[in-house]
Amino acid sequence: MSEQPDAVRSPEHGPWGRTNLARRHLTERAAFVLLWVAGGAAVAALLAVVGYVLVQGISVVSLDFLISPPRGGLAGEGGISTTVITTVYLVALTISLAAPLGIGAGVFLVEYAGEMQGYSGLIPRVVTVARFGVETLAGVPSIIFGLFGYALFVSALHFGFSLLSAGLAGACLILPVIIRTTEEALRAVPRSYREGSLALGTTQWQTVSSVVLPAALPGIMTGIVLSVGRIISETAVFYVTLGGSSRAPTSLLDPGRTMALHVFYLATETNAFQKAMATGTILIVSIVVINAIINLLTRRFTMR
Amino acid sequence: MDMRRRYLVDRSVRYLLFFSALISLFIVFMIGLFTLREAWPAFREIGLLSMLTNSEWRPGRDQFGLLAMIAGSVWAAIGSMILGVPLALAGAIFLAEVAPVWMRGIVRSSVELLAGIPSVVYGLFGMVVLLPVIRKIPVAGNTGFGILAASIVLAVMILPTITNIAEDAIRAVPREYKEGSLALGATHWQTIMGVTLPAARSGIVAAVILGVGRAVGETMAMIMVIGNSIVLPRPLNSNPLTLFLSQARTLTGNIAVEISYATGLHEDALFATGVVLFVLIMIINSSANLLIRERRR
Repeated sequence: MSEQPDAVRSPEHGPWGRTNLARRHLTERAAFVLLWVAGGAAVAALLAVVGYVLVQGISVVSLDFLISPPRGGLAGEGGISTTVITTVYLVALTISLAAPLGIGAGVFLVEYAGEMQGYSGLIPRVVTVARFGVETLAGVPSIIFGLFGYALFVSALHFGFSLLSAGLAGACLILPVIIRTTEEALRAVPRSYREGSLALGTTQWQTVSSVVLPAALPGIMTGIVLSVGRIISETAVFYVTLGGSSRAPTSLLDPGRTMALHVFYLATETNAFQKAMATGTILIVSIVVINAIINLLTRRFTMR
Repeated sequence: MDMRRRYLVDRSVRYLLFFSALISLFIVFMIGLFTLREAWPAFREIGLLSMLTNSEWRPGRDQFGLLAMIAGSVWAAIGSMILGVPLALAGAIFLAEVAPVWMRGIVRSSVELLAGIPSVVYGLFGMVVLLPVIRKIPVAGNTGFGILAASIVLAVMILPTITNIAEDAIRAVPREYKEGSLALGATHWQTIMGVTLPAARSGIVAAVILGVGRAVGETMAMIMVIGNSIVLPRPLNSNPLTLFLSQARTLTGNIAVEISYATGLHEDALFATGVVLFVLIMIINSSANLLIRERRR
């Protein structure tokens, strides 16, 4: 008896006069109830935050709110049209900067780096360091990207607080996201696809561009959509690079404010909490849409 | 001829891709270079040690101690861990082991959405809902703003990070381990506690560490609820727990609040704040990555 595990060693009748087995089942019951509570708590937290913001915000949201510009002031008069425009510009800018580089890097790390491991000398070491670069970049807190963007783009390169500075800093922020999702998507493409193509006498680039990339496209798109969500919800980077002007930018060197920044300004500089909630509502709706797109893409990708 | 052209394209694309792979390394290098370069005068004139040990931050008088902000970041992280880790881990166990399929779907999409909600929305929720409630706690000097509000907001924000990674770790435990335990007559719960969790330990620890990293790195939500006053957090009365009602400022908040108008040594000191934050996060993240890699082996 003494060599058995702890749980079984206890006397035949434990506390409350139950048998060992009944006691163990009771413990399990209690533990599982707590686990259910924890699972429920995650859902409750979501419902509390999202529900509250939606309930408070939805009454303010109207077409007029979406298409009229913010008029500023302590009461936070007006709508959010210019912030929507700025957000769209910024998303377009960051994605067009980061997507080609990120996808290129992902393709290199999966399709080309492996064969280079065999090489002697510098290149394999560079590949290892490049991976370390992606890993590090993914963990850097966003305010550091902001600080960097402020030092390099806003000050040193004299872009000022502008769409361009914010776009460049934002591109650095989403680059690791795109690289990682691209890598994952490429790894999921079966080896046989590549072998089939190469056996037909294509070069490696022909195989990658016309066989591997099309097969991995939904996965790569997931990364892009994920990055769009990241830019829409990011605040810290743009707080220190975008300037916060509530006018719509007309050139790359104009300042602006995104919807998320608008929420921050409304909450901290005005007493227009209702307007902040309404802007938050629009943000949450965008995120829900983005999540839905990602789920759709993922499902399509895994169905193959 | 065609063969030759194809070969040429293949070669040039290879180098093009190689260089795009180096871009992120280049950015890391540039971030390090620029933050260090801008921070250098601060380190030279004030000294790293005196910045880390002095709690007075008074830009007007050229006093740049970071201790109060470091304490603010650390206490907010500790508070969020106390509140968030048990919940997040229980959520992970629930998703991996206990939840029926329908409930798993609901919880998982909730967690997914929680991860996507912008941090300003959490901050806004904290300002409008949490602050008035916390303000009701009858302690002299309690303003509602402070470490408690920050901890609650952060606890919800880090929940998805910890739950997702910990769930993966728990799922990665080989089936045979559990079957062996169940075959010995252990209940499902005993198996979870005695076999599954110990086997997934390093992954779970990594999840918690990454959660800490996320908490320390959060900026905007912290500015909105922690009060931002530059004081070393200390209990408001004889009860040590009132420490959590004390206002504070985080390292991240210090940068964001002051960078747009800082000049000269003040600006340099803010970059030095960034360096301290960067090093802190690097230590946290690389220890998590080390654990994750060790598990894969």
